[in-house]
Amino acid sequence: METNCSCKTDVPRVMTIHRILEEGKGQCSFFFKSFLNGSNKPPQPGQFVMVWLPGVDEKPMAISYSTDNEFAFTAQSVGPFTQALTRLKRGDRLGIRGPYGKGFTIKNPACVVAGGVGIASVATLIDQLQDPLIIYGTRSKAQLIYLQRYKKQEMLITTDDGSHGKKGFTTDVLVEVLSSNKTIKMIYTCGPEIMMKKVVALCMQYMIPCEASLERYMSCGFGVCGKCMVNDKITCIDGPVFSGKVLSTLSEFGATARLKSGRKVSLAEHHKV
Amino acid sequence: MNITLCGIRLQNPTILASGILGVTKESIDRLGKKGAGAVTLKSLCHEERKGNPNPTMFAYPGGFLNGVGLPGQGIESACTEFERLDDLSIPVIGSIFGYTLEQFGSVAKKMSSLKPAMIEVDISCPHMDYGQVYDADPALAAKVTKEVKRNVGKIPVSIKLSPKIYDIKAMAKAVEEAGADAITAINAYPGMVIDLETCRPLLASKIGGISGPALKPIAVKCVYEIYETVKIPIIGTGGVTSGKDAIEMIMAGATAVGIGTAVYYHGDEVFLKICEEMESWMKEHKISSLDAIRGCAHQQQKK
Ligand SMILES: Cc1cc2nc3c(=O)[nH]c(=O)nc-3n(C[C@H](O)[C@H](O)[C@H](O)COP(=O)(O)OP(=O)(O)OC[C@H]3O[C@@H](n4cnc5c(N)ncnc54)[C@H](O)[C@@H]3O)c2cc1C
Ligand SMILES: Cc1cc2nc3c(=O)[nH]c(=O)nc-3n(C[C@H](O)[C@H](O)[C@H](O)COP(=O)(O)O)c2cc1C
Ligand code: FES
Repeated sequence: METNCSCKTDVPRVMTIHRILEEGKGQCSFFFKSFLNGSNKPPQPGQFVMVWLPGVDEKPMAISYSTDNEFAFTAQSVGPFTQALTRLKRGDRLGIRGPYGKGFTIKNPACVVAGGVGIASVATLIDQLQDPLIIYGTRSKAQLIYLQRYKKQEMLITTDDGSHGKKGFTTDVLVEVLSSNKTIKMIYTCGPEIMMKKVVALCMQYMIPCEASLERYMSCGFGVCGKCMVNDKITCIDGPVFSGKVLSTLSEFGATARLKSGRKVSLAEHHKV
Repeated sequence: MNITLCGIRLQNPTILASGILGVTKESIDRLGKKGAGAVTLKSLCHEERKGNPNPTMFAYPGGFLNGVGLPGQGIESACTEFERLDDLSIPVIGSIFGYTLEQFGSVAKKMSSLKPAMIEVDISCPHMDYGQVYDADPALAAKVTKEVKRNVGKIPVSIKLSPKIYDIKAMAKAVEEAGADAITAINAYPGMVIDLETCRPLLASKIGGISGPALKPIAVKCVYEIYETVKIPIIGTGGVTSGKDAIEMIMAGATAVGIGTAVYYHGDEVFLKICEEMESWMKEHKISSLDAIRGCAHQQQKK
């Protein structure tokens, strides 16, 4: 009945960067040579870690590679924290805690719709699925990553400016796929929330189950601070992966998010700051 | 298991402590459905605050350390978002703080417009400058109490005290005399944890507040001493993670128990868990109501 709760700990574990892989312009993967938290259970696809850069900050990052003796996260340089990350060298150290959150459930045959750096959150999922169809879009050719990694997969690429693949949005391609292909049993998505909202709506329309990984401001990662609330859901522990069924009941999905202070703002304003 | 606290009916004596979830209406409703007797909001002040950079919290063996730095949307924005607090499934305690006496008053006034069941005044954050001013000075604490009371009408007011003080009895006495309706004891205790690999404190704020199991004996001692000193009810807060911990707080003299860090250890099921464990302890010991054991640790001392 009573568990010895005071044994439960969550302290950043300082680990040495074993190698850094430059995936693309301003996008780097940081590899660590060991299991997460010394446990030998691999993280679930869709789970994330909190990454501490001493003296700078600590932020959530999806686990983008996970093998028997290595894991990595892939950061895209956008602001102070991720810019500081890109200045790190092999041998530098970072504090890691986690893995946190609930990941994706595996179901085949599947289609994965990824937008931008969102591909990092579905990368280990793609590794576990059987020949998924990947729809992957970025603003332009420069942001595309993992193309070598997935060269054996069927991949439909879109760019907003048409510099690579099809000009347009991932959801344009998804509509075509859904209206022609009847064998897909599950759709997974991660990327800009506006895109995910459209994906979920399409899946509802075509009655195909789907799962999406949500991004919210996170501070603790373990369900204490309340910063990541989306309606009554605590994104860091109830998610970040939610089913389309759950998401379509959440009025804040695709509409609002909370700033670091907890103030609720429109999604557009959230991404501006 | 229901209790009355300053005239407010609670379905059970567990109250979510300030700063753990309790930031949105839907989070309050969620915790109500999960069995909390009442919910305390995260402390708010006159301005929007980002709080400290991360890392702001972690659990080390034996306890929890946080240096969140009181982030919050500010009272104005909260008033717009919440609209009112008396239409929720359970009683809500609005928590406030300020840097000056006037701010304590004006934030309290705005909070009272949301119609919370009670207002809790946080004069004791362990890692904020303002906390260092008010948390150990009975005369100042009395001034804050009076200022808040003057601004909130009939809404009961609880003053949240810090354990970081030599004479907590004098503090308790001072706020009772100034008109406080209850005392919340205690806030977190200042502490630090250093990472050996990087030779630096783990928290970005360096110093944070210790909560959870490591805090419990300190909290029990504070509640015990306050109970000896004042007549007003005490919300015993600090390290309660099991039914037995809650019973211990009540034996020390608490009317209700605050529960914060235990949400980290057990999730939001913790309220049900603690209530069930309290009930089974009471059954085992043939105790029919909490009134029968409230403050009993004192009587046994007198024998
Ligand atoms: C579950 C989860 C997984 C993530 N995985 C990745 C990943 O694999 N790769 C990647 O590059 N990014 C990922 N992010 C986003 C990443 O945490 C932040 O966007 C990034 O650290 C930006 O920080 P910055 O200081 O560089 O930029 P800033 O200029 O500070 O922020 C840019 C934007 O990032 C967002 N952001 C900032 N801080 C946080 C935070 N603490 N939590 C959530 N969002 C924040 C805000 O929308 C902000 O507008 C993930 C976020 C979440 C919630
Ligand atoms: C992450 C965190 C944030 C907190 N924020 C506040 C706050 O805003 N206002 C406040 O009065 N107390 C705050 N506290 C203190 C708690 O309300 C409580 O007094 C303390 O944690 C001891 O109780 P516990 O051991 O049950 O957690 C916070 C505690 C934690 C762990
Ligand atoms: S990040 Fe703190 S509750 Fe989710």
